[in-house]
Amino acid sequence: MSTEQQPDGIVGRGNREGADLFRQWFSELNRTAEQGGSAAYVFVMGSMCEILRTFDLPVVFPEINSLQMAVRRVAHEYLNQAEDYGYSPDICGYVKADVAVQLRGGEHPMGRIPKPSIAVLTNACNTYIKWAEIWERMYHIPVFTLDIPGTRAAGTQTWKGNPDFENDRRYVQAQISELIALCERVTGIRFDIDRLREVMSCANEMSRGWKQVLEFNKSRPSLFNALTDGTIYLGVANSFRGTPEGGRYFTNLVDEMAYKAARSIGTLTDEKYRLTFIGVPCYPIFRRFNELFTEWGGTFVHSTYLWFASGGTNLGFEYDLARPLESLAEGVLISVRDAMDSMFYPDRAILEMIDDFHLDGVVYHPIKSCRTTSTGMADNRRSLMAARDIPSLFIESDMMDRRVVGEAQMKNRIDAFFEGLASRKQQEAAAR
Amino acid sequence: MAYTAGVDVGSTQTKAIVIDEARKIVGRALIDTGANVVVAAEQAFTEALGNANVREEEVEYVVGTGYGRYRVTFGNTQVTEISCHGRGAVHLFPGTRTVLDMGGQDTKAIRVRPSGEIVDFCMNDKCAAGTGRFLGAASSALDIPLAELGPTALRAERPVRISTTCTVFAESEVLNWLGKGKKIEDILQGVHQSIAARSIGLLRRVGIEEQITFTGGVARNIGMIDALQKALGAKLNVSDESQFIGALGASLFALDHILAGRAPAGSGRPS
Repeated sequence: MSTEQQPDGIVGRGNREGADLFRQWFSELNRTAEQGGSAAYVFVMGSMCEILRTFDLPVVFPEINSLQMAVRRVAHEYLNQAEDYGYSPDICGYVKADVAVQLRGGEHPMGRIPKPSIAVLTNACNTYIKWAEIWERMYHIPVFTLDIPGTRAAGTQTWKGNPDFENDRRYVQAQISELIALCERVTGIRFDIDRLREVMSCANEMSRGWKQVLEFNKSRPSLFNALTDGTIYLGVANSFRGTPEGGRYFTNLVDEMAYKAARSIGTLTDEKYRLTFIGVPCYPIFRRFNELFTEWGGTFVHSTYLWFASGGTNLGFEYDLARPLESLAEGVLISVRDAMDSMFYPDRAILEMIDDFHLDGVVYHPIKSCRTTSTGMADNRRSLMAARDIPSLFIESDMMDRRVVGEAQMKNRIDAFFEGLASRKQQEAAAR
Repeated sequence: MAYTAGVDVGSTQTKAIVIDEARKIVGRALIDTGANVVVAAEQAFTEALGNANVREEEVEYVVGTGYGRYRVTFGNTQVTEISCHGRGAVHLFPGTRTVLDMGGQDTKAIRVRPSGEIVDFCMNDKCAAGTGRFLGAASSALDIPLAELGPTALRAERPVRISTTCTVFAESEVLNWLGKGKKIEDILQGVHQSIAARSIGLLRRVGIEEQITFTGGVARNIGMIDALQKALGAKLNVSDESQFIGALGASLFALDHILAGRAPAGSGRPS
């Protein structure tokens, strides 16, 4: 590591500032709840923050609330409460934890969560629809479902200028206009297109930075851990989308990455194996799960989670502020479609990732709670294995429910995976 | 003459193997693991030394494997039983490309290269369905010793279908069939077929490539060998040493260390 003075403690700044912003966000939500205010409930794949912030609506991400409970090791209390209420153990853990938060009047480990005044969702996850219906019944609020045309078949995406794309864009744009009208009714605020441009400008800064940050991890050694550090970045990418703080955060993060890349400051002191993580993290033992890999010198340099859980904003799509509504529709269509592709058709992208990020192995993590991200994973793995001779690991657990997380069994599989990687490296070295 | 040893601390039994430089097994021991894993590992190692007529100081390297591998306190390093079963199976049957290891609490399907290197593996998750424990439950429900389960099952004429995949519920299902007047051998054959189907599901996930070698304690059960062979439509390699194959693989990794002067594949692992 370089011995020169770090400008303002630049190394690790992204993690510190990310944590500060996150606390600030929950604190604001708590204040809103305590003052009897309400919020827009949204999801990470197509949050429509650009529109909602134009109406000064605070946003609540129930998925983030839920994963925070697992990281803070209290998820089981909430899951048990929802199951006692009648929800099946087989239902999405994020949903059940949120149901328990609602049953507790918004009580959450990081503060009180305001009640919803509106729920906005996309079809990127089928559970979103049923989840929002719960709030609809509980609070009698309007639920707006944005139907995003997904990829019809792998590799058939169309782009701007293509007639099919333009049809899809018009379809999305018409829905955005309906959402604007609904927000006007809910908030009593008249839509201001210049305010939308301001929000979109901040979102542009964030998207530009996010894409660059991800690209930076092609560096050897890798500059951040896609699983642990990446999740902090994701938190900001979602909760501060469309805000000046969010845009600035990612500009600063790019500076941090550039600084570390120039000085080869890696996330591990001895990076032996570069891995990618496919799926949703194991939040009940979040740190420990990562340690099971880093103890062997393995680090996650990338993850499909950073794609789909950022709603596809990893593509870095930047809005054209001269035609905001049309451009917003384009951006939402392209980004949310990509988020879906990252879950359903990731094999081609992973093949590119193997080369671009110099990967030694691929770790698949299907989870009991989430059919959307897990169902096609076995097929995707087979497809990848047929295309490339690269070691892969398939370990199953959950993102919320510690009852189905067996650390000893997990460690056994991970150790065996690394034994195979070590053996392969030895043989490659011997062959040279 | 240099010797190495492998100690496989499993969930129900602990196995130890001592081999010489020619990779010949010179001693072995098998004991119940019990509650004290450290003592079980030491005891199995001591018994294997006695069986080999080799002194402890003559053993140059010891590899621990199995769930209790980190409790083999006298071991030099640890290697997972997944790698060890692959290595041991290929050593005994060089044509092995797929390994099915069925133990007390878990069943592993392992695909290997000719070198014994693991290509892919798959195990049962969080549940003892399709493992030796399933047979234990049937043994308990039917009050038949484990060793007699296989021979009894082979006498079946009209096997019943055991539909549950849960080991706990399997016991109730066995009792339910008894209540319906089904013969014990028909029920037991159903149990074996159920486990075989579950195991073959694991094998298919890694891809079945012949030759297939069946390892672990359950490989001593002739009823299970028969059920698997019929369901697979293929002959299985089964060794008299099936229970010791994990320990054998561990001892071979230990020998690698001595002969090549470098750590085995699993060296440097975190505890």
